Amino acid sequence: MSGAVISGLSGSPVADRPRLWPVGFLAASVWIGTAAVTALLPDRIEVGRTQELALIALALGGALLLAGLATPWLGTAGQKIRKAGPWLTVLPLALGGWEMATAKLALLPLPFFASPQGLLEVYLEDWPRLGESVLHSLWLLLSGYAIGAAAGFVAGVALGWSRAIGYWVHPVLRLIGPLPATAWLPIAFFAFPTSGSASTFLVALATWFPVTVLTWSGVAGVNKAYYDIARTLGASQTFLVLKVAVPAALPQVFVGLFMGLGASFSVLVVAEMLGVKAGLGWYLQWAQGWAAYGNMYAALLVMALMCSSLVTLLFKGRDRVLAWQKGTVRW
Amino acid sequence: MVSAALSQTPRDPGMAVAIRDASQAFAIEDRTLPVLDRVSLDVQPGEFVALLGPSGCGKSTLLRLLAGLDRPSGGTVLGDGVPITAPDPSRVLVFQDPTLYPWRTVRANVSLGLEAQGLLRRQSHRVQQAIDLVGLTGFESAYPHQLSGGMAQRVALARALVNDPRLLLLDEPLGKLDSLTRLSMQAELVRLWQRSGLTALLVTHDVEEALLLAQRVIVFSPRPARITAELVVDRPYPRHRDDPHLVSLRREALGLLGLET
Repeated sequence: MSGAVISGLSGSPVADRPRLWPVGFLAASVWIGTAAVTALLPDRIEVGRTQELALIALALGGALLLAGLATPWLGTAGQKIRKAGPWLTVLPLALGGWEMATAKLALLPLPFFASPQGLLEVYLEDWPRLGESVLHSLWLLLSGYAIGAAAGFVAGVALGWSRAIGYWVHPVLRLIGPLPATAWLPIAFFAFPTSGSASTFLVALATWFPVTVLTWSGVAGVNKAYYDIARTLGASQTFLVLKVAVPAALPQVFVGLFMGLGASFSVLVVAEMLGVKAGLGWYLQWAQGWAAYGNMYAALLVMALMCSSLVTLLFKGRDRVLAWQKGTVRW
Repeated sequence: MVSAALSQTPRDPGMAVAIRDASQAFAIEDRTLPVLDRVSLDVQPGEFVALLGPSGCGKSTLLRLLAGLDRPSGGTVLGDGVPITAPDPSRVLVFQDPTLYPWRTVRANVSLGLEAQGLLRRQSHRVQQAIDLVGLTGFESAYPHQLSGGMAQRVALARALVNDPRLLLLDEPLGKLDSLTRLSMQAELVRLWQRSGLTALLVTHDVEEALLLAQRVIVFSPRPARITAELVVDRPYPRHRDDPHLVSLRREALGLLGLET
């Protein structure tokens, strides 16, 4: 489709650019059609916010219509929108199908399946609590992750560099590391003064292990000739660690940071569900307790966006730091 | 040597090298493997000497001793009459692989020695001089993966030369280059050496290369390395490979290596 044509064109000289964007018009009409179905068909089950949902779909359809007319003047942003064309067409179809299956025809059993406007209602009415949960989760996650990543990095470099430190830390790492951080949960909650600090510790622990192991293997795997070169040119031990071992190990460190991030997500949710009285994990648990399934889906969606954004952020940082590498994975 | 014109030091730009009964052995699975067997060699300041021998005979080990990266298990190695015990920027080593740091640009790779010695801020102009000297002007911001093999080896050379070495240890530096690049780099090495006056030791298993570049060719036996002969190449530069004198020396050297009778 046009998306493929565009990706083929990107990077080649800007020749005759297509004036209009047919896929954009298609996407716009599907959005507007979904808006019409939502607004005009009667709801089989009692839900609010149907008109708001229709308005949002209509607004998106209008925006796409404008984009379809204006893409030649939108530059790189226009190219990105063009690439998303097929997705922007399928999404309103899925939304319309979901709307039909829930609110309009009530095909799916209640209350387990929420309607689109049900989710919208949660965002419009419960956003203070949801927002606060996101902030709590982010704070807990980022503080724990930062501590774990920093500790893991230092431990990994030390393990890779010093035989004496390796002698003492390696057995501990081998015994403790593979244990899932969640197994510490019962101990952590009585050993730490607050459930918050206990969770921070668990998140840090979950991050620490992969970061340590991969930093260590990165440092241990550095080409020995790099050290010979630096030594003949007059490098000190500090220089060898900071300017040779660490930059050479960075690609591996980032793999560790990525794995640590994944581990920290799962520990975060478990810790919030079992002990902490705030955060998205707690929100999920709370919503389930009240059989508020709309809130649950809403929170899950927010959580997915949060985790995905954090991974994106990490990969962006990596691409910046490791710009010298060729062929890095695109997230 | 880049700033040879700038520095006012009266000392000889080349280092005198003396190797006295140097032996080296490695322990491999409870066995000791001798690689150098009582090697003695004197190199005058500013001399270009080639060490010729079969692959893996221990020539590179000798260079590592001179660089101060390893200590001999017997005998001594002296630079200007002082025992060599540790690496020093006055004695630099260029390997067969360029071993550039992939995360550093050409400029940052060449800066390495000055940075490690804490001289970069005051003497950063030397970096550009070294890059210009090896003919890489305009490639300062390139990363190693963007360079060809010959260009990478030039960067490695600039990285060595920027430190004003007095002894240049070349461990088959042209061994992995294609034959055309190799020819032009051989001529360039001679030019650099003539301009700077430093002492150069070249390890190679290429007879022709040794005869084209060096004033003296030391022939080594297979492992453990022992000096079996010494050829004096008393010909002016630039040399031509079809020079009849070089051709006869080449036959002699191959005979010493047991390859031609």
